Formats: sequence, structure tokens, C-alpha cells
Amino acid sequence: MDWPKKNPSELDASEKKSFGKGVFRKCDGCSATLPVEALHASFEVCPECGQHHKLSAPRWRDLLLDDGRFEEWDAHLAPADPLNFSDGKSYRDRIASAQKSSHTKEAMVIGRGAIEGHAVAYGAFVFSFMGGSMGSVVGEKITRLFERASSERIPVILLQASGGARMQEGILSLMQMAKTVSALERFRATKIPFFSVLLHPTTGGVAASFALLGDVNIAEPNALIGFAGPRVIEQTIRQKLPEGFQRSEFLLTHGMIDRIVSRLDMRRELAMMMSHLSPKLERVSGPQA
Amino acid sequence: MAAFVLPFEKPVVELVTRVRELKKAAIESGPGSDRALEHELKRLEEKTGRLARELFATLTPWQKVQLSRHPNRPYTLDYIETMMTDFVELHGDRRFGDDPAIIGGLARFRGKSVVVVGHQKGRSTKEKVTRNFGQAHPEGNRKACRLYEIADRFGLPVITFVDTQGAYPGIGAEERGQSEAIGACIAAMARARVPIIATIIGEGGSGGALALGVANRVHVQEYGTYSVISPEGCASILWKDNSKADEAAASMKMTAPDLLRLNVVDKIIEEPAGGAHQDVAVASALVEAGIASALRDLETLNGEELAADRYTRFRKLGAFVA
Ligand SMILES: [Zn+2]
Repeated sequence: MDWPKKNPSELDASEKKSFGKGVFRKCDGCSATLPVEALHASFEVCPECGQHHKLSAPRWRDLLLDDGRFEEWDAHLAPADPLNFSDGKSYRDRIASAQKSSHTKEAMVIGRGAIEGHAVAYGAFVFSFMGGSMGSVVGEKITRLFERASSERIPVILLQASGGARMQEGILSLMQMAKTVSALERFRATKIPFFSVLLHPTTGGVAASFALLGDVNIAEPNALIGFAGPRVIEQTIRQKLPEGFQRSEFLLTHGMIDRIVSRLDMRRELAMMMSHLSPKLERVSGPQA
Repeated sequence: MAAFVLPFEKPVVELVTRVRELKKAAIESGPGSDRALEHELKRLEEKTGRLARELFATLTPWQKVQLSRHPNRPYTLDYIETMMTDFVELHGDRRFGDDPAIIGGLARFRGKSVVVVGHQKGRSTKEKVTRNFGQAHPEGNRKACRLYEIADRFGLPVITFVDTQGAYPGIGAEERGQSEAIGACIAAMARARVPIIATIIGEGGSGGALALGVANRVHVQEYGTYSVISPEGCASILWKDNSKADEAAASMKMTAPDLLRLNVVDKIIEEPAGGAHQDVAVASALVEAGIASALRDLETLNGEELAADRYTRFRKLGAFVA
């Protein structure tokens, strides 16, 4: 596999903490005890059973983008509190603690990078920021992602990982569904591909807007993808859900996604599909097809 | 239909009922038979309206939510019957089935052909079940999507009525792609090159509501609501206690005046004294006037401009620090 590897000395302090020698972690899939270092090197995919553990947004960029290079767009956009919302804890406080713990201003990062030489507009949810929920900033950034990709004439790759709407922004978060899909609809007219990469979990308002409208929908193995969360469905129908319900394999069987792709093959697959769907678009330095 | 009265409605319902009875008596005693009675009646009607308005002015958001769900409230079919003619219902999504939770078809509105789509709740227990309480499966949303495309192809305006707690969360709904169905509805509305007018006539619940809500003009009736999740759902997730639905309803700013302030709706449609269910004919006339005036506003725009108008409308929604 030919993705760029970062030298451990380049890791920031927060990454180092969980990266010491002799530290082990249990695989969520097969319960094998694995050196943290080995899991890190395989981008959190278990070498024993292939279980995909959560991978941070920066590590995803290292995995997918040429040399991990990424020019971020609109990083300054920050959440407001339009409803002055509080559920015991104020939304402002929740934002502040999310920003502190996730080291990012909001739950969406967008920008420009390349995948095997194909220039792409790249967006990714930051699930650690309030469950990747979509409020006004997320909606605005995704809208700008599609708008800018239209004007720069490059494909869109969007990594989905979201629990859905940001309830603390109330109806305005619902409106982001309309706004983003409207932008996607305009982007479609340019006949440049949109790849929706579905990670664990993708539910609610994100699933029910742009996430399943990719020209190609690709999911990681065993990701939870659905409109309603399993708990809501169980409460509604008052019965237990079958094993594997709303998982990637279930969606593939029911015709909702094109492919299930291992994280470790994602970069190659995306490049291959771009070579079919948008071969004439801008190429940057790097391997040529 | 059996009258159902919410506790807080009681004084208003009593007033409205008394006026209605007097009116009936006046009509029975013949036209012009008693000028004094007619005059008195008019005075009483005005007073009732004023009183009802005063009483309802202090309703809490949670009480408004209950009004928006009132079992006697007019539903989509009531509005179609009162404000449209030549309705031809069209069925099915051409993929799996027909979902009675969403109805739609062709109709004539003020003499012109339109496509009409709306959530439909049931009246009787049996019909409530058949219509799944207005909670659509993917088939309902795909039928709506198909109707938007018909409207686009034949250049007909789209009139929608939003009235759902939300799209249905169930096993079959997930198997058949509820998410994609809603996304596809939003996309179809976004690209349509015809005017679209949506009116929230009851509950506007989350993605299920939005599947009928991406319009050039969005109206909400005075006691309609629109929210990203039901107050019960919000309370259960954020407060971890679904008995806090009243607090959640207030926090989410889901009533008509809130929605107008947030630019999520363009106009509030007034309701008759005591709410739409106290006088369906008047309620319908008011909704109709709203739709007609919105269509008039959009008359000069061509297809491209109509899609652009919708884009601009939704593009600016949201609040953030730039
Ligand atoms: Zn394992």
C-alpha cells in the first residue's frame, strides 16, 4: 500500500500521548490485544480481523490525500447560538467544551487536496465535535464545498460521520439539509462527480440529505447508516432489531450503496473511479493514470 | 366528527360555540327577520374573536404544539376540497407501493392547474392507522418526488401542505431507503423550474416535513409548528426525560412567530378565532389567499429564476460567526 506515512517525530503532542511504546489496546472486533503502534500504522484497522476503529479527521487526510497535503477553506467559520439554547447546560458552553476537546472550531473541515494526482474538494465530518451534528456552520461549509468545487471544476469527496441535526440550533439545523442539497443539486449540473464516503455512524438529517445522494456511495465495513437511530426504531415498533440492521452490508443488500470498501483500499478506489468519471479534470503533481 | 377539546381551549370553545348557535338560530328565523338580532350577533362575533385572541395570546409553545396536533384540525384533504376543484388523486411511487400518509395529484386552484401534495392524517381510528398518522414511508416521499417531477415537466405550480410528526422510523422504512427518499425529495424540489408554495397546516416535523418544504414561499398557520425533532424526542435526547417536552418546545423556537423571526417561514397565516378547527371554511379561505398571493408574486419569474429564487431563499438560512 502506497499511502504516505508520517514520521512519528512529526506527530503532535496529543497524538503522542496515546502512542507510547509498550501500550496495548483491545480490538473491538476480535478482542485481540494489539500494540497501539501497530494499530496506528494500519490506520486503526485490526490486522487480525479487519475491524475498522474510529480514525481522526487529520489521520483520514493522511490516509487519503497525496502526501497528506490539504489546503483548508473557511476555517474561520465558528458556531453562533441563534436560539440562545439551553437544556440545563447552555449551547455556548457545549460549543466551548467541544472546541477544547476536539481541537477544532466545528464539526466539518473542508478544503482542497489531491488523490493520486486528481485534484479534489475534500470535506470531512469531525465526529468528536458534538457527534458530527450538522448546524449552521456544517451546512454552510458543505454548501461552500459544492459551490467552490463547481467553480474550480474538481470532484467532491465528502466523508460522512454524523448523528444528524444539531438540535441546539433547532429549525435552522433542519434548514441546512435544504441548503446543502440545493448546492449539491447545482453541482450535479456541472457533471463532475460527488463521492459520498459513509463512515460509522451516518444517521438522521445528514443521511436524509446529501449523504446518500452521491454519484457513488461508498461505505466502510460495518458502518451504521440510517434515517432513524436504532433506539428510536426500537421504541417505535417495540421490538428488538435484527443483527446487522442498518449496517453497511444491510445497505448494500438493499441497494442503497454502491460498494463497501476497506479503509485501506479507499484511496485507490476513489482514484480509480475518478479516472473513469472525471479523467479530463485538473491533475496535480503525482502519479498519472 | 366528534369534537375534542383541550383543557386550555375550553373557554374559547364555549364562546365560539355560543356564537355559532346564535347564528344558526338567526338563519333559521329567516333572512332580515330581526335586524336587531343580526346587529347583536355581529357585535358578539367580534367580541368573541377579540376574546379568543386574547386568551390564545398567552398560549405556551407546548400548548401551540398541542393545537398543531389537534385531532379536529383540518387536514390536507379538507383544504383540497375547500379551495380546489377537479382534483385527480395520483397514486404510487412506481417502485414499491402507494403510501396513504402522503396524498397528491392534479387539481385546479383559482382556475389554474396545479400539482398538490400533502401529508394526510386519518380521522377515524381505522383511517389513522391506514394513513400511519401522517408519517410517510419511503414510498410516500418517492410519490411526492414523482409528482414534483411531473409538475416540472408540465410546467405546473406545486402547492404542498405540511402536516407530519416526521417520516416513519421503522424496519421497512430503513430497508427501502427512507434517507435517500427524503434527500431525493429535497433535491427534486430544489431543481424544479416551477413555483412551489408550502403551507405548514399542523405539525412540521423534521426531515419528513422538509420533503414537502423546499418551496419558494413557506407559510405557516398561526398555530402550526416546525421543528428539527419533536419536542418529546428533543427532551428525551437532551434532557434525558421526555416529560420535559414543554421545556424542549420552548427552547426549540418552533412556533409561528419564532419561525418568522428566523426567516424559516415567509408569512404567518391567521387562523379563525379558537384555531383552524373552529371554522374550516374561514381557515381554508385564509390559507388559499396566502397561496394565491404568493403565486402572484412569482408570476413574472421564469423557470431558471424560480429555481434561483429558491436557492437564494435557503442559501442564507443559518447563523454563524464568520
Ligand atoms: Zn480484530
